This record gives sequence, C-alpha cells and structure tokens, in this order.
Amino acid sequence: MLERGNLSIAGLAFEEARPEVRPVIGQNIRIARGARLLLDVEELIVSGSGVTVLMGPNGAGKSLLLRCLANLVAPDSGTITWGGCPPDRARAARLGFVFQRPVLLRRSARANIRHALRAAGVSRAEAAARADQALAAARLSHLSRMPARMLSGGEQQRLAIARALALRPECLFLDEPTANLDPASVAAIEATVIAAGRSGTKVLFVTHDAAQARRIATDILFMHEGQILERRDATSFFDVPKSAAARAFLAGDLVSEAGTDLDGAFGSGA
Amino acid sequence: MHDLTNAFAETFGLLVSLDADLLEIVGLSLWVSGLAVLIAGLIGVPLGALVAVARFPGRWAVVVLLNAMMGLPPVVVGLAVYLLLSRAGPLGPLGILYTPTAMVIAQAILVLPIVAALSRQTIEDMKLEYEDQLRVFGMGPRGMISTLIWDARYSLMTALLAGFGRAVAEVGAVIIVGGNINHVTRVMTTTIALETSKGNLAFAMALGLVLVTIVTAVNALVFSLRHTATRSAYA
Repeated sequence: MLERGNLSIAGLAFEEARPEVRPVIGQNIRIARGARLLLDVEELIVSGSGVTVLMGPNGAGKSLLLRCLANLVAPDSGTITWGGCPPDRARAARLGFVFQRPVLLRRSARANIRHALRAAGVSRAEAAARADQALAAARLSHLSRMPARMLSGGEQQRLAIARALALRPECLFLDEPTANLDPASVAAIEATVIAAGRSGTKVLFVTHDAAQARRIATDILFMHEGQILERRDATSFFDVPKSAAARAFLAGDLVSEAGTDLDGAFGSGA
Repeated sequence: MHDLTNAFAETFGLLVSLDADLLEIVGLSLWVSGLAVLIAGLIGVPLGALVAVARFPGRWAVVVLLNAMMGLPPVVVGLAVYLLLSRAGPLGPLGILYTPTAMVIAQAILVLPIVAALSRQTIEDMKLEYEDQLRVFGMGPRGMISTLIWDARYSLMTALLAGFGRAVAEVGAVIIVGGNINHVTRVMTTTIALETSKGNLAFAMALGLVLVTIVTAVNALVFSLRHTATRSAYA
C-alpha cells in the first residue's frame, strides 16, 4: 500500500498496473463437514499470468478452493492473502469471479457492465465508454440494450465474462463457466479466456473436462478428495500424469472419491 | 325496492355529472392515501432492505415484528395516533388532530409495516442470488442495498400498491384522527359509513363504486406490472 502511494506521487505511468491482489496465496486451508475433509490444501500460490486449470472429478473441492481464494467462503482454518495482506473489500474488484450460472442484474446488458464499473469507482463517462468497449470485444454490441436476462445461456455467460474483464482484473477466477453451453459459446469463452491470460491476467479456471483443460491450460492443478495432487505445466501433465488418481481421471475411470462408478463418465479427451 | 331503484338512478346521476362534493371526497382520499404510501415507501423500502442485508443481533425479532405489524388493526393505529395528537398528548401542541395531515400520519403508520415487510422479503430473496456476485464487485452494505432496491423495483412497486390498496380502503384510522368533518377530512370510506347510517344510500353507493373501481384498477396495475417485468425478465 505504501509503495503504491509513493509511486502515485511520483506520477509514474505504471502505477495503475501495480499488482494489488497478486499473488493470491492460500496456506493450510482446511474445510471439513463432519468427519469428511472437503478441502485440505497446504499451500497454493496464484501469481504471474496465463491460464491455470483447476481440474479434478466432481466433489474434489475445486469450486470450494476457488471460493476460498476469492474470499467468498471462509475456511475452517488456514489463511488467505491477496498481495501479502488479508483480503479486503477495497481490492475485491481486482479479482474477477465468474460463476457457473451467471448472476446478471435485472438491467440491460450494457447497464450490467456499467454498474459493476461504477461500483468499482470508475467515473460515469468512463464507465459508459468502457462498457461499450467490453461489449464490442465480446461481440455483444448488438445486444447492448437488451435486458440481460433475456439473452441466451451462452450470451449471458459471455456477458458475465465481459463484465468481469471490463474491471481489468489482475486475477480472473472462473468456476466451470462453460458447463451446459453449446460448442460455439464454449469456443468463444475459451478464446476470451486464453486471450486474457496472454494479456497479463492470471486466470484460474475450474473444469472437470480434460479436453477443455488441454485446449486452454498453460498449467494444471489436479485436485482429488480436497487435496492438490499435482501442479505442473499442462504438456507434461497430460503426457505423464504422475498420480494414480490423475491417470485414472484422464482414462475416464475416476468419477468420485467413492470410486464405485467406473463407467467412465469423463472422456479422456484424446 | 322502489327506493333502491331510485337510489341507483341517483347514483349514476352523481357519477355522470361528476358531482363536486363527490369529486372533493374522492380527491382527498387519493391525496391522503397516496401521500401516506409515499412516506411509508420512503421509509419502508430502505428499512426493509436494511433488515434484509444487514446482520445484527436480534434481526429475527425485527423480522417477526415487521410481519406481525402488517396486520395492525386500523382502529388501534387510529387510537394511538389520536392519543399522540390530542391536546393532552405529546404532539398535542402541533394542533393537527382532525386535519388531513393527521390522517396521512395514521395511514403512513398503518402502511409502513406492510411496505417494509414485503420489501424485506423481496430483497432477501434476491440477495440470495446476488450476494456473492456483489461481493465480488467489492460492494459493501450500501452498494448492495441500492443495487438490490433498483433490481427489485417491480416487486417493490407492487408492495407499494398493496399498501395503497390497504390505505385507501380502511376506515378505522382516518375516522378517529380525521373526525369525518365535511369539506375538511371526509374521505370515501368515512363518508360511506356516515351516509349509509343517514340513509343517503345514493351518495354512499356512488362512493362505493368509485372505491371498488380504484381498488380494482390498483390490482390491475399490479398484475400488468408483474406481467411487463416477467416478459423482460426483470421480475
């Protein structure tokens, strides 16, 4: 915080770009429900840029971990820090979050983006301009005046992502954003996410779809039964998964921690 | 039977000729109840939203109290306001007993719990859906309340209309604090009560028809608002 103040006095151009929430760090995160340990992560550091895919079967704790890091769920024990200090509301908008089911306000598509920007303290005029830019970038300009909730499922999710990106977040967390969408929407969202990762945003993307992970990931975090079993770059992970769970998952044999259903509900995506 | 037929004929005469006394009474009714709902809305909607969003000890008690007060008997509210405003009461020096102002106060008190309780319910339901997203935007309670009030605008309008329907149709509170003084505090319901007991059925029926029409129109408005809102996915 101090450094930031000094820099803005010096009037340096890159003051805006100074990271405020990166690195996002979770340490000794534990969440239990009764006897069951839902989440047990010793350490996770989210920094840099690119697309990290958080992968694993249903019930592995992926979404829960994402919500913890975003300060939406408080862990039973352990600490979360954003940029070295505990999460706080003032910096919340620097970390974007896209839910599996997009939460759109009962307003027009454009007003959805504008409202998020206004809430983050962007001036009225700039918010309007940035909302239009964001809609254009998402190819949603023609729907700008439509009530957001009248859009199709794919358009709604693209709008939610455009809204998150309009805030120019340092980190963008997406929780299975393409579940139940048609292939064209999935492709559009994946392209957007990859572009965001390349332009300096740190993307953390939850999916249980191995094929999707192959398409977008620069590196992989593989979770199983609340633990992170592997963290490696995508190519080497898919070439030689080290853990037995990851091998079983990629082969389509691992469905849940119970391991009873071996019918291969997950494609190997080869 | 003959009397009743005559009364009907006279009723329509009054309505068609837009009788001046009739208009005055209808006008005062709409003014008093409208103003009461406006005041109740300005206080009740933010209050309901605050109770929906804020977390404080004893919140559930406030919720129960608000819901219970929705059923306040108008005569009891009238009596309470009367005691406040009567010459010996704490607000007696204001000298507003038996004025339209007193009637507005009584009806605002009557409607406030309805508006607040319905707003609280509406906004709490919407908060379930919105909360995580609004937290991601970095919003605090203030931002959440204003966002939720705006996004719940159609439901909140129906809550206000429900309050208006209750206010314009009640007789107990306004008759106690207004006194039913001719050309001063006479509204539809109090006049109907008086004229019926005087045997002036035509005037009472004419007002009754107007009142029923207004209440029906308010409900139609509620219905069409809901319909519009649903069609544009704003409900």
